[in-house]
Amino acid sequence: MHLMYFTEQPMSAYPEQEGREFGATALMFSNRFFDPIAGSRLYNEYLEHYRLAEEVGFDGIMLNEHHNAPFCMQAKCNIFASILAATTKRVKIVLLGNPLPLADNPVRLAEELAMIDMVSRGRLVSGFVRGGGQEQLATGVNPAYNRERFEEAHELIVKAWTQVGPFRFEGTHYQHRVVNPWAMPLQKPHPRVWIPGVLSKETIVWAAQKGYPYIALSTEIEATKKIWQLYDKVAAESGHAGGPEFRGYLQRCHVAESEEKAMENARQFMWMQGEFTGLAHPVWSSPSGYFSPSYRTAFVEYAVGRRSNPRGAAFEDQIVNQQIVAGTPRTVIPKLRRLLEETRPSIMGFWASDGFVSNQDTRTCIRLLGEEVLPPLREIGKELGLWSPFEANAPVSRAFPEPARPAGDTP
Amino acid sequence: MTTDTWVSRTIPIAGVALHVARAGSGAPLLLLHHDIGAPERLPFYDALARDFTVLLPSHPGFDKSERPSWLRGVRDVAIVYQSLLAQHEVTRGRADVSVVGLGFGGWIAAEMATMAPAALKRLVLVNAMGIKPEHGDIADQALLSYIDYVRLGFADQSAFDRLFGADPSTSTLEQWDLNREMTFRIAWKPYMYNPTLPHLLGGVTTPALVVWGSDDRIVPRECGERYAKALPQARLQIVERAGHFIEMERPESLARLVGDFLCT
Repeated sequence: MHLMYFTEQPMSAYPEQEGREFGATALMFSNRFFDPIAGSRLYNEYLEHYRLAEEVGFDGIMLNEHHNAPFCMQAKCNIFASILAATTKRVKIVLLGNPLPLADNPVRLAEELAMIDMVSRGRLVSGFVRGGGQEQLATGVNPAYNRERFEEAHELIVKAWTQVGPFRFEGTHYQHRVVNPWAMPLQKPHPRVWIPGVLSKETIVWAAQKGYPYIALSTEIEATKKIWQLYDKVAAESGHAGGPEFRGYLQRCHVAESEEKAMENARQFMWMQGEFTGLAHPVWSSPSGYFSPSYRTAFVEYAVGRRSNPRGAAFEDQIVNQQIVAGTPRTVIPKLRRLLEETRPSIMGFWASDGFVSNQDTRTCIRLLGEEVLPPLREIGKELGLWSPFEANAPVSRAFPEPARPAGDTP
Repeated sequence: MTTDTWVSRTIPIAGVALHVARAGSGAPLLLLHHDIGAPERLPFYDALARDFTVLLPSHPGFDKSERPSWLRGVRDVAIVYQSLLAQHEVTRGRADVSVVGLGFGGWIAAEMATMAPAALKRLVLVNAMGIKPEHGDIADQALLSYIDYVRLGFADQSAFDRLFGADPSTSTLEQWDLNREMTFRIAWKPYMYNPTLPHLLGGVTTPALVVWGSDDRIVPRECGERYAKALPQARLQIVERAGHFIEMERPESLARLVGDFLCT
C-alpha cells in the first residue's frame, strides 16, 4: 500500500459569521476577511505537519490547490511541493493535482514539475485535475473548454517530458513555436501521473484509457465500487487489467486518544458544510459547460433548489457510511479494513483534520496514524494483495508501459 | 396575423445546420435573439410579421440550431448570418434587408454591419452588447443563477412571471443552461464585448437606430450612447419602464419604433 497524509490547509481564522451572512464562503466571499498573520502561522504549522508525517512513517504527502476560498489556503501546489522537495527526504510528493485547464502555458508547468522532481531526487507523483468550477471563474478560464484544455495540456506536458526538443506544438488551445524546456524530470520515462476525481464519469474513463491510477475523493463505499466497475471495464477494453494498483481513495480520518475527542474533532470535517469547495452558489461551482451534458437536468434542478445537494449528507450519515472515519486507532482499524476489503485500493490518502482542529490535536492525530494505524493497515494490505503502483512495479501508463525510475538508478 | 403562420426549417449555412423560423410578408427583416435564446412565440415577433418577412434564426449552438464545435467567436456567428442573407430565398439579392438585434443579437448585428455596411438597408440595435462600458460593467451571468440573470433583465417582474411563470419549468432552465454554455463558448473573454468593434463601427454607413430600455441592468446605457456616437448615422431612443428584454416587456412600443424607423 501507499499511504499518504493530506490536509486541505484550511484558513479557519476567518470570521465565520461574515460567511454566514454573505451566504457563501467561496469565490465572491471578500478577501478582506483573509488574515495574513494567521495565514503565515498556519502555512508554517502545515509544513511542520508534513515533516511530522514523514517522521512517523507516511509514504507520501498529498497536495492540492484551490482558489478564492478559506477551505484551502494552497493557491499553488507546486510551491509546497518545492518546499517539501528540499525539506523532506523519503516521502513521495503527490500532487493531486495541478489544475491543467487553468494553465495558459503548460510548458511552464512541465518545467516546474521537472524541477520539483529533480530537487526531490525523483519523488514526484504528478497528478492532474480539471479544477473546480469556481476555479475557472477565479482565474478567468472558459469553463466550456475545461475538458479540451485538460486533455490538450496533458498531452503537451507529457510530450515536453518525453520527447527530445526542440519541437513545435500546434493545438486548439495551446500553440508553442518552440518546446525545448531546459529542465527535464529525473524520473524516466516520466513521473507517475495519478488522476483524482469525484463525479465525472468522463474523467474515470479517460484515466482508465490512459492507464493512470484514479483517486476517488471521499466518495461513499457503494459509489466507489461503481467507480471501480467502470474503471475496470474501460481498462479491460483498453488492454489492461485494472485492479488495486490503479485504485486510490482519499479517506477523511481523524484519530485521537479518546473516542469523544476524535468525534468532536471529526465534526470539523463539516466546517465547510462537508463540501470540498466551501459554500458557493451552484452556478459558481458548476458554470455552464463545465459539467457533462448528461448532468444538465439534475444540475439545473439542484441550482434552483429543486434537488438536494448530492454531496450534502449529514455528519451522522457520513459516520455511518464511512465517508468520515473517527475514533481511536483501535476503533478505526476495523472500519478501514472494511473499506479496503470492499473497494480494494492500494493508494490511500488520509485527510486527517479540518477546520478548527488545534495544532496539537492535528499533531496527535498524525502521530497516532503513523505509529498505530499505518502498520496494521500495511499488514491488511499484504493480506488482501493491495500492492501499490510502486510495489507492483506498475507501468506509468499505457503509452509508456514501464515503471518510473530516477535516471541513473538501475532496477 | 396568427401564430400558426410561422414555419420553421433547418438550413445548412456555412457548415452549420441553422434552425430558422419565418413568418409574415413585406421587406425582409433578420431578427437576432438574446444570449438566453428566443421563446418560440412572442407578441413582438407577430407584430413585426405584420409588416415584414421576418427570419428568426436560432444562433448556432442555441435553442434548436446544432452546436458547431469549431465555432468560437461572435464574429463567426456574424459571418454565418451574412452567408444566410446571401443564400436565403427571402434575402438573396435584395437591397432592402434590415437587421434587428436584441441584446447579444445586437452585438452580432453590429458585427455584421461592419463586415458589409452596404448589404443592409437599416440596422436596429436594442440594448446591444459588444462595446465595453467605460464606467460600469456588463452584468456577468456566470455569477448569477439562470432565473436571477433573466429577472435582472426585466424592469417589471410581473412581465417575467407572465412569460416564464414565477418558477420557470426545468425544461426552460435547461434551455437557458444550454444557451449560456454556448454564450460562454463564443463570448467568454473578453466577456460580451469586442475591443475593436467601436473603431470599426465608424465605417458603418447604414442608417441605424439604437434602442435602450430606461432600466437595463444588464448592459449600461452608456453602451447605447457609445453605439450612437460611433455609428455615423445613428440615433439613440430610450424606452421608458423597460429593462434589457424590451421586446418581452413593451412589445408594441418596440415594434412601433422598429416599424417606423424601417419604413421611413
